[in-house]
Amino acid sequence: MKTRKNEIWAAYQKEIADDHYYFARSCIRQNFFPAAENLYINILRNDLGKDIFDDARQTTCTGIAYHSGIIPFETIMTVVARQFSLMNEAGYENFVASCVTSFGIYVEVMDTWKHFPETEQKTRYALKRATGKAFEIPKNLVHASDVIYKFRKEIAAKAKFRLINQNTGEPIKVVDHIGCHYAKIFPQEGIGGAEYPYVLAGLIDDWGGKQIDYPERRHCCGFGFRQYLLKSNRGYSVSNSKKKFDSMQPFKPDLIIANCPGCTFFLDRWQYVIAEMEGKTYGEDGYGIPVLTYEELAGLLLGYDPWDIGLQTHQVTVEPLLDKLGVVYDPEKKYKGRNGEDIGIPEKPQVLKCC
Amino acid sequence: MMKDLYKELEKDVRYIEGLKSCFNCGVCTAICPAAEVSDYDPRVVVDTVQKRDESELEKLLKSDTIWMCGECLSCKTRCPRGNTPGYIIQALRALSIETGLFIESQQGRKQLAVKRTVGEHILKYGYCVFIDEVDTEMYPEQGPVWEWLRKNRASMLERLGTSYNKEQSGTLRNISQESLNDLKKIFDETGGTQRFEKIEKYSSVKAKELNIDFKEGKDDYFKHLYNE
Repeated sequence: MKTRKNEIWAAYQKEIADDHYYFARSCIRQNFFPAAENLYINILRNDLGKDIFDDARQTTCTGIAYHSGIIPFETIMTVVARQFSLMNEAGYENFVASCVTSFGIYVEVMDTWKHFPETEQKTRYALKRATGKAFEIPKNLVHASDVIYKFRKEIAAKAKFRLINQNTGEPIKVVDHIGCHYAKIFPQEGIGGAEYPYVLAGLIDDWGGKQIDYPERRHCCGFGFRQYLLKSNRGYSVSNSKKKFDSMQPFKPDLIIANCPGCTFFLDRWQYVIAEMEGKTYGEDGYGIPVLTYEELAGLLLGYDPWDIGLQTHQVTVEPLLDKLGVVYDPEKKYKGRNGEDIGIPEKPQVLKCC
Repeated sequence: MMKDLYKELEKDVRYIEGLKSCFNCGVCTAICPAAEVSDYDPRVVVDTVQKRDESELEKLLKSDTIWMCGECLSCKTRCPRGNTPGYIIQALRALSIETGLFIESQQGRKQLAVKRTVGEHILKYGYCVFIDEVDTEMYPEQGPVWEWLRKNRASMLERLGTSYNKEQSGTLRNISQESLNDLKKIFDETGGTQRFEKIEKYSSVKAKELNIDFKEGKDDYFKHLYNE
């Protein structure tokens, strides 16, 4: 049944290129979910038959430093220009940002160049003087989750599992969390805009799950850039995540998915911290609510082994979700090293139940 | 009192973009995650700067207030008049560092710790964050799985198909010296290096005043700012 919300999100659509992507990696994802980006590339190349270029020369966009107030806007504009130049040199026109902060940065920089043309000229001169490079603005620029959204029906058609609880036959209940910088800065650049973003909700709908609409659905995860980076300021970050967990818990979610690297990380790690500090857990039977990225969920449904796609690097145990989905896994392989050798297992938290 | 602060502020495109005309409705404060957890009110910040009072602006640049925002930019979505308090904050923070006034507030002083972590990681690794630097003493919330991953990173990161410690494309690869040189030259060309130098220079003065040991890296002054 069509609702008013369907109409609102349907008004915010954008062009997402069909093929031939230049991939810009994320600082946070590479570290904290180290298999996620390779999984993304593998899904695009091997499951969807797309061309995506992974460039060794690209670097951070410097977005975390910029939003923390330690580098000038001119610096980040020129770093962005260098990334575009590398894309041009590689022969691509469609830029895909793995990070939501980066996506927001690229859109903000291009918007600034549009409204303040002199800043684009200054950036061109600065890049030329610093590196000898020139650049053209991408023909199409999207976030990595946009591409998964675009091909969600193709993924559903190839999937070995659906978001159905094998024990009850009911849809898996999923919380979607959209990073603030995906659409709050420029609503027209996000599928569904800022108020009713559909980029992840569309995956839930087409993959058989049930969206959870809870009061704090659009609230920030609490990264806060400098607020998290400083140990003394982290109360800001955990307080905002806790507000979300407390709000979603009555709806008994089976899973949280996020499209922002930072959000995925905070929604995973702060559950551990809240459990250890306050004795409070948000999942069933003392577990947390598993938190996955959009491609980790796609990978699971497509039949990738959970331990090959790095789900053992999440602090919140994913096994309760795997059991509900009917995914078969080998618990013995979870913590093995590169050649199957025994490298020990992580310590168990005192409160948060982990497998 | 410092003079011509507005003259400098109004050169910043983030300020020009961020401040149209505020009618004090307070929607930005209602949606603001920082306002919810701290004594921070973006409505008051915007109202203060649009009064164009040099002494009030100077007070703001010396205050903790401008460092409380989390840059989520939820305010941009909701302002009915097209203002962006989060952009105004960016411009105020930049001016506070340029003028050295950031050392007059406890939160402002902490910018040295941000510069010495994320800032220096950019030029050393080509990433804002890098696994080798993230230990559970500085980041205890990382938890035991991270501790295990970090301890076994040579083995696990290979199992997970990354390019850690390798000169090739892929996750956590070593960024080439050529790319690192490009970043450094961009920083030199665009004021990034100068911003870092100013943070260090003004911080050294404040550390001396507070009688805390100031050298480089994770010295006593860094630990004081980072932890307390």
